[in-house]
Amino acid sequence: MTSPPNDRRVTPPVIRLRGSYRIGAEILFGPVDITLGAGQWTCILGRSGVGKSTLLRVIAGLDCAGDFDGSLHVSDAVTLAGRVSLMAQSDLLLPWLTVLENTVLGAQLRGEQPDIGRAQRLLARIGLRDHTHKKPGALSGGMRQRTALARTLMEDRPVALLDEPFSALDASTRADMQELAAEMLQGKTVLLVTHDPAEAVRLGHRIIVLKPRGVQHWPTPVSKPVRDQYAPQTIACQADLLAHLRGTG
Amino acid sequence: MVALFAPLLWQGVIWLTDVPAFILPSPWRVAQAAWINRALITQHSLVTATEVAAGLAVGAILGTVTAVLLALSARAHRMVMPLLVFTQSLPVFALAPILTLWFGYGLASKVVIAVLIIYFPVTSAFYDGLTRVPADILDMAKTMGATKFQTMRRIKIPHALPSLGTGLKLAAVYAPIGAVIGEWVGASQGLGYLMLLANGRAKTDLMFASLLALAIMTLVLHLAVGRASARLQRPEQP
Repeated sequence: MTSPPNDRRVTPPVIRLRGSYRIGAEILFGPVDITLGAGQWTCILGRSGVGKSTLLRVIAGLDCAGDFDGSLHVSDAVTLAGRVSLMAQSDLLLPWLTVLENTVLGAQLRGEQPDIGRAQRLLARIGLRDHTHKKPGALSGGMRQRTALARTLMEDRPVALLDEPFSALDASTRADMQELAAEMLQGKTVLLVTHDPAEAVRLGHRIIVLKPRGVQHWPTPVSKPVRDQYAPQTIACQADLLAHLRGTG
Repeated sequence: MVALFAPLLWQGVIWLTDVPAFILPSPWRVAQAAWINRALITQHSLVTATEVAAGLAVGAILGTVTAVLLALSARAHRMVMPLLVFTQSLPVFALAPILTLWFGYGLASKVVIAVLIIYFPVTSAFYDGLTRVPADILDMAKTMGATKFQTMRRIKIPHALPSLGTGLKLAAVYAPIGAVIGEWVGASQGLGYLMLLANGRAKTDLMFASLLALAIMTLVLHLAVGRASARLQRPEQP
């Protein structure tokens, strides 16, 4: 991959991952051929242990227990290093830092001067204006996850990799967070790993079911995300997807 | 409760066994000896306290720095850790005469012995904390482009502070042992020296009074370090 010109680094790319993943002699998943559309949300579902998070780690360039045998193609031919932000199921907030300090953590870890003004504007936009000085221990689960979202957004990377970020939240907070994340990550190339068919159908431009021996591209409703969760098409798609995942569809 | 019960038990043993005072003086005799010799005990206590404080400070700084260096370099850890474990297998009692020969009969040899005793627990506890940062947090830091130094400074060290607190609390109990061992081997002042002196002259009550002063000093030090460590151990407080 070539050296990264600035304008290309910030443009959301198409990402294509092809290959198999093995742990020792055993294949965890694959062969797969997955494309993450530029500026779109791609949702990956599958049974526990099928390798959804591993697939995300391969794209993020993180260390894994096994070996990926295949290729990762980025449409603008610029490496993904430094262009990816990560959001996990656990909020990963540092308990000794305030909400504001957690939000600007990335800049501090790179030894850069953090843009406090931008962080404060971002926190105000996601409803944490009055909580910037609090430590994570004083926040609710929803507020903690909002802070994690603010930290992800503060990085302003063109690619966001989300590993079940809303799964630990209660139903109403989860719905709020889904809408907030969809709004704030608009235009970025997003990979969302989820267990929840409803979440995938609501948010995904593309839905992919990961299986031990490949992937299945699941058709999405014609409407655009974020979809109305009460629309008949959305409900029907969720039901079909759930039945498929349970092996009864 | 224990402070009340222990002297009663002690006195009870004396009544039951009728043991002579030069073998086991009564709590009352020890209290009397402590009061009569208060100036002497205070003077020697200050010497021991200085040795302990210096040993604790030097040992804590050395242990902390070593732990950070070992956590920064896997190679340094592979090379140095076995050496550290080996030094722990040597009993400080056996080394004390040599250290006294090398560092003299003054403060230095006691500080060195105290440092030798507490260096490993501090290093080991802090290193443990530094290397137990959840992998998810380190992955996040990696995707953020974190430098090794900043990851250490902003994530690993704050995360490991409670472990350092645990190591320091252990050190607060061990450091007086080191200082007293040093005083037994060769000194002209300090509580260890006073205990040997009292023992040699069959002043068992004074020996017990010195021992009591040492126990109180260790307790106060442990409480003070424990209170300081508690600040390190409550990072989640809002």
